[in-house]
Amino acid sequence: MSFTIKVNGQDHAVDVDGDTPLLWVLRDVLGMTGTKFGCGQALCGACTVHIDGAATRSCATTVDSIGTSAITTIEAIGDTPNGKKIQQAWLDSEVVQCGYCQSGQIMSATALLDSKAQPTDADIDDAMSGNICRCGTYVRIRAAIKQAASAK
Amino acid sequence: MILDRLMSREKSAATPAQSGLSRRAMLQVSAAAGGGLLLGFMLPGFGSVDAAETAFTPNAFIQIDRQGLVTLTLPQVEMGQGIYTAQSVLLAEELEVDLSQVRLAHAPADDKLYGNPAIGFQVTGGSTSIRGFWEPMRQAGAAARHLLIAAAAAQWQVEAASCQAKAGEVSHAASGRKLGYGALVDAAAKLTAPDKVDLKDPKDFTLIGTSPKRLDTPDKVNGKAKFGIDARPPNMKVATVAACPVFGGKLASVDDSKAKAVKGVRQIVKLDDAVAVVADHMGAAKKGLEALDIKWDEGANAKFSSADLFAAMAQAADASKEGVPGEHAGDVDKAMAGAAQKLEAAYQVPFLAHTTMEPLNCTVHVRADGCDVWTGSQVVSRAQAAAVEVTGLKPDQVKVHNQYLGGGFGRRLEVDYVTQAVKIAKQVEGPVKVIWTREEDIQHDIYRPAYHDKLEAGLDQNGAPVAFRHRVVGSSIVARWLPPAFKNGFDFDAVDGAAGPYDFANLHVDYVRHEPPSGLSTGWWRGVGVTHNAFVVEGFVDELAALAKKDPVEFRRGLLGKQPRAKAVLDLAAEKAGWGSAMPAGSGRGVSLIFGFGTYVAQVAEVAIDKDGQVKVTRVVCAVDCGHQVTPDIIKAQIEGGTIYGITAALYGEITVKDGRVEQSNFDTYQALRINEAPVIEVHLVDSSEAPGGIGEPGTATIAPAVVNAIFAATGKRLRKLPVDAGALKSS
Repeated sequence: MSFTIKVNGQDHAVDVDGDTPLLWVLRDVLGMTGTKFGCGQALCGACTVHIDGAATRSCATTVDSIGTSAITTIEAIGDTPNGKKIQQAWLDSEVVQCGYCQSGQIMSATALLDSKAQPTDADIDDAMSGNICRCGTYVRIRAAIKQAASAK
Repeated sequence: MILDRLMSREKSAATPAQSGLSRRAMLQVSAAAGGGLLLGFMLPGFGSVDAAETAFTPNAFIQIDRQGLVTLTLPQVEMGQGIYTAQSVLLAEELEVDLSQVRLAHAPADDKLYGNPAIGFQVTGGSTSIRGFWEPMRQAGAAARHLLIAAAAAQWQVEAASCQAKAGEVSHAASGRKLGYGALVDAAAKLTAPDKVDLKDPKDFTLIGTSPKRLDTPDKVNGKAKFGIDARPPNMKVATVAACPVFGGKLASVDDSKAKAVKGVRQIVKLDDAVAVVADHMGAAKKGLEALDIKWDEGANAKFSSADLFAAMAQAADASKEGVPGEHAGDVDKAMAGAAQKLEAAYQVPFLAHTTMEPLNCTVHVRADGCDVWTGSQVVSRAQAAAVEVTGLKPDQVKVHNQYLGGGFGRRLEVDYVTQAVKIAKQVEGPVKVIWTREEDIQHDIYRPAYHDKLEAGLDQNGAPVAFRHRVVGSSIVARWLPPAFKNGFDFDAVDGAAGPYDFANLHVDYVRHEPPSGLSTGWWRGVGVTHNAFVVEGFVDELAALAKKDPVEFRRGLLGKQPRAKAVLDLAAEKAGWGSAMPAGSGRGVSLIFGFGTYVAQVAEVAIDKDGQVKVTRVVCAVDCGHQVTPDIIKAQIEGGTIYGITAALYGEITVKDGRVEQSNFDTYQALRINEAPVIEVHLVDSSEAPGGIGEPGTATIAPAVVNAIFAATGKRLRKLPVDAGALKSS
């Protein structure tokens, strides 16, 4: 079946079963590989994208559930003010190690800043505890979110 | 690994390394440390520049084109540990280029050009990269710089000694002349390289010891970085696979009629022990796999359980008269007979999976005359060899395009997933990317071995240890992974760190090999042998301190008379942590100390335990002496991350097998520490001019005993088994 989804401001027609997870539409059909596969069950957050601004696990979001909602991925998050701040804070704080989970971390962190300009530690725990990092960059993720929140 | 054994041997008057390979590796190390010969390592390609090429390639690591663009080909693979930046720093320091001027390239498979001097082939593991390449990389940079200066001096008809290289230019101060490297490459390529170039005095370093921005990370915050799983050669299909859930089992039959009806499914591929569904995209492949009706021949392991294995290992520990001897000093039997107090204990650690964030994957295109492999591997030449073996092609027909690794932790030191992907690709027209689901990744890992350890020690009347005995029972990774290094039944890794960094006058370590059934393999896991032994030894030493009624830090200090660097990190960690200051009820502080990978680490962990027995690690203070620091901020990041990896294992990590099947399947049943559970981590580095030590693994190796020792301080309950059993810590 054919679906038209709006990704990073652009419409794409895709011909897949309606129960296909958005993750695989992005990665395999549209070739946008910045969004990562980690668990397939919304347990690790590597696949996080924004759907109408809300951080959403694309591995557990079927393509037929999206409708006309706007999808934003890591490839375009730097075009948003908070996305850009988060990316810069990530580099300034040297958060990244292997980097595989960081697309999802950055998408979750940007959604957090979009909803709370000055997040507390508890806000950070709530927003980020769905994103696993096996390199263990948590200490720096916390610092970078705080830095981004204070950046002009 | 090999290097670690050698280095761990240096700390005591223990018996010399027992394997021939180890002796050879020692030669390599001592020669490199001596500064002249680099045995076992080739600085390839000197003077052999093809005139038709437009670039100057003085060796396998450096290429400079006519525009002055410097491309560094990095032999050690980047899996998060920051080695691309650190290797570039070593090269750029002596080459005299700014890091902003360099481009990075992944090395192809080639043991001769890109072999790890510390191990002898192309491998990134064992925290050996900086130790192995510390001198060779700087030599490579210096040799290229020497040629560029010589080319400029010849052109200007001045003495080379009157010229200077800096920031990609050669200048002649007296005449004010300057030439960029790009303008010198043609002339430099015609010169003969010197045999040996003087390296900079460390006091003149401008890059080494600084913390330049990592070179690999800008593309990792915007989705552009390419990991193995991101490979997309034209007309590629995507496959996912189910191997027999029982280890060693085979495929009996499969009904694929429903799977073939799934939209996007192209092909079902059968292997002896697995089935793969090939599709247009992973969504269809997974749906197809779920629609298969598979019958397995479960084979000999259908009744195997890890509980039985532990029982058998415990029996082996008690029954064996004498294992294969490891470190030894004095006369343990005699000293034990005269001891005022004695302590015996058994410790256990479970199988562990790696769960790299990037699930295992490998993309392969097999043709009649060649094969391309895209993957992230810690052993690139072994990945190539795996494809050669399956296809029957020649090595020069198999090209491995290594990618960034979404975590390694030892899992990508194996090539099982490459072999399997090539077998599948052989049956597929065009390229195919084989992706393991997370469930497949956890249930078909090559696991960190389960171990059973038996310890015994005696104290004199003053509470000082007079004898220490440690028997390690477990499978041998070395025997499978590096057979030439497995000599006389002795696995150097299994007993690495089995007596800690301490001076025991009467000491005996032995190893009893005990393998799980065929089909269940064990392999390297972050921190390797030291991780397991540190937990056991540091827990037991804490027990001895309690028996002696001594403070755990003071007790350890008393055993470090000949180990000033170990004592210094212990003191530093204790001081920074406020050791001895009061802690709130329900919380406690524990210490641990290791020497491993050429590095000394002490950690003090603070834990808080609630009434349900749930443990939260709240703060970890780390003191690290890893010798000369190449990139200090990356060292700190590795200790931070290694600590988190180790806490995950200490609190949650356990793979259990029942009826031949792994019982865990995803991050719900095989948990990873999350940000809300992560402690504050403070890392203090000790300035040192000693040879660099490894840094990827020590943080992981040190933390678990610090946590269980803190739990003991908080509760009085001694845990001798991982992971931490919250049930045992419940308040009554």
